[in-house]
Amino acid sequence: MRAYLGPVLAILWKDLLLEARTREVIVPVLLFAVLVVVVFNFAIEPRPALVAVVAPGVLWLAFVFASAMGLTRTFALEKEDGGIEGLMLCPVGRDVIYVGKMLGGLIFLLVVEALTLPIFAALFNLPIWQPELWLLVVLATIGLSAIGTAFSAMAVNTRAREVLLPVLFFPILVPVIIAAVEATGAIIEGDAWESYSRWLGLVAAFDAIFLVLGAITFDYVLGE
Amino acid sequence: MNAAVQVSQLSVFYGPTPALRGVDLDVAWGEHVAVFGPNGSGKSTLIRVLATLTRPTRGAVRVDGAALHDDPARARAMVGVTTHRNLLYGALTVRENLQFYGRMYALNDVAGRIDGVGESLALTHVLDLRVRTLSNGMQRRAALARALLHGPSLLLLDEPDAGLDQEAQALLAAVLQAHRAGGGTAIVTTHNVEQGLALADRAVILSRGRVAHEGRWDAADAPAFREAYARHTGMAA
Repeated sequence: MRAYLGPVLAILWKDLLLEARTREVIVPVLLFAVLVVVVFNFAIEPRPALVAVVAPGVLWLAFVFASAMGLTRTFALEKEDGGIEGLMLCPVGRDVIYVGKMLGGLIFLLVVEALTLPIFAALFNLPIWQPELWLLVVLATIGLSAIGTAFSAMAVNTRAREVLLPVLFFPILVPVIIAAVEATGAIIEGDAWESYSRWLGLVAAFDAIFLVLGAITFDYVLGE
Repeated sequence: MNAAVQVSQLSVFYGPTPALRGVDLDVAWGEHVAVFGPNGSGKSTLIRVLATLTRPTRGAVRVDGAALHDDPARARAMVGVTTHRNLLYGALTVRENLQFYGRMYALNDVAGRIDGVGESLALTHVLDLRVRTLSNGMQRRAALARALLHGPSLLLLDEPDAGLDQEAQALLAAVLQAHRAGGGTAIVTTHNVEQGLALADRAVILSRGRVAHEGRWDAADAPAFREAYARHTGMAA
C-alpha cells in the first residue's frame, strides 16, 4: 500500500506545487465557472418560481464545462513540459499515474466549486449551506475527475483536444449530471433525505465504475 | 548471464510509415554502444521502444532477459533515459524536479543523490533555480541528472550532447566513463563521430530504419568510419 501511495502522493504534490507556482488551472477555470453562472443569471431573470427549476441545471452546467476546461489544462501543462513522458518512464503502474492525476484534478475542481457556490447562492438567492449539497458536490466531482482524467489524457495528444474532450466527456456523464441536477433541486427545495438519497447512490455507483474503468484503461490511454 | 538488451526483428510503424524495420541488436552488460544515423533513420524510435515509451509493431525486445512489455515497470527501474525533450517541469526548480522523480522511484537518501548528480554535472549552483530560467545547455544537464538520479544500470541517451558546450560535453564524457567503470551499460545516439567512437565499445549505423552496419571502431578510425557512414547512408557524418 505504501509503495502505491508514495508515487500517487508524489504526483499530487507535484501538481499542487505547479499550480501554486503558475495558477494556470484554478484561476481561469474559476473565472469561467463564475462567468457561466452570472451569464445564466442575467439570461433567465431568476424569479422565485423559475429558480428552483433552472438553478440546479445552471450550477451543474457551469461545473461540467469548468471541469472539461480544467482537466484539459492540467494535461496540456504535462504535455508542454514533456512531463507525461517523464511519468511514463517511472517504474510505477499506469493506474498509479491515473490516481495521482485524478486526485489533483479533483482538488482543483473542488476548490473552483467551493468558490463558485457562494456566488451562485448570492445570485440565485438559494440556500447552499447544507451538508447534503456539499456531499453531493464532492461525490459528483469525483465522477467528473475520474472520467475526465482518462479522457483528457486521451484528448491531449490530438490537435482538436478542446473539441474532442467535450465530445467524449459529456455523453458519458449524462447519468451523473441528471442525478446531480435532480438531487440538487430536491436539496435546495428542502425535500426529505429519502427523496434524493437514491440519486446520491447513483452518483456514487458511477464514481466507482468510472474509477475502476479509468485505472484499468489508463495504460491504453497513455500508450502510443 | 542475460544480455542487457536483446532486440530481435523489431519493427515500428507510425501509421503506414516505417520507423524501424527488422532491427536486430544485442548489447551485453557493461557494453557501451553508440548509434549513428541521419535524421529519420530510427535512432530515437529505438531508444523510445527500449524505454517503454513506444510499443513495437512487430518483433521482440528483452531487457535483462525479460520481455519488455511483460514487466515494463522492472525495465523502467533499470533504465535511465534522456530524450529530445527534457522531461522536467519548467515552473519547478531543478531540485524540486529531482525530488519528485526521487519519490516516483521510491529512492532512499534523495537529498544525497541530488547533491551527487548535481556535483558530477556541475549543476550545484542552479539546483534551486527554476528550470524555465536556465539556458538550454543547463536544462540538458538537468535532464541528464534526472536520468542518472536512480543509479540506472542501463542508460538510454538520445543525442545527449545536443545543445551542450565543450565543457558540458566533457562532463557528459566523464559521466559515461564513470558509468562504464561501474559496470554500467549504455546505448547512446549521437551525431558526434569522434566522441561517440571514443566512448563506445561498438558503433551501429542505422539507415532508413535498418541496421546498415555494426562494428568495433576506435576514435582514431574516425575518418574511415565517416567513409563507412557515407557509404551506408549516402550522407556525410
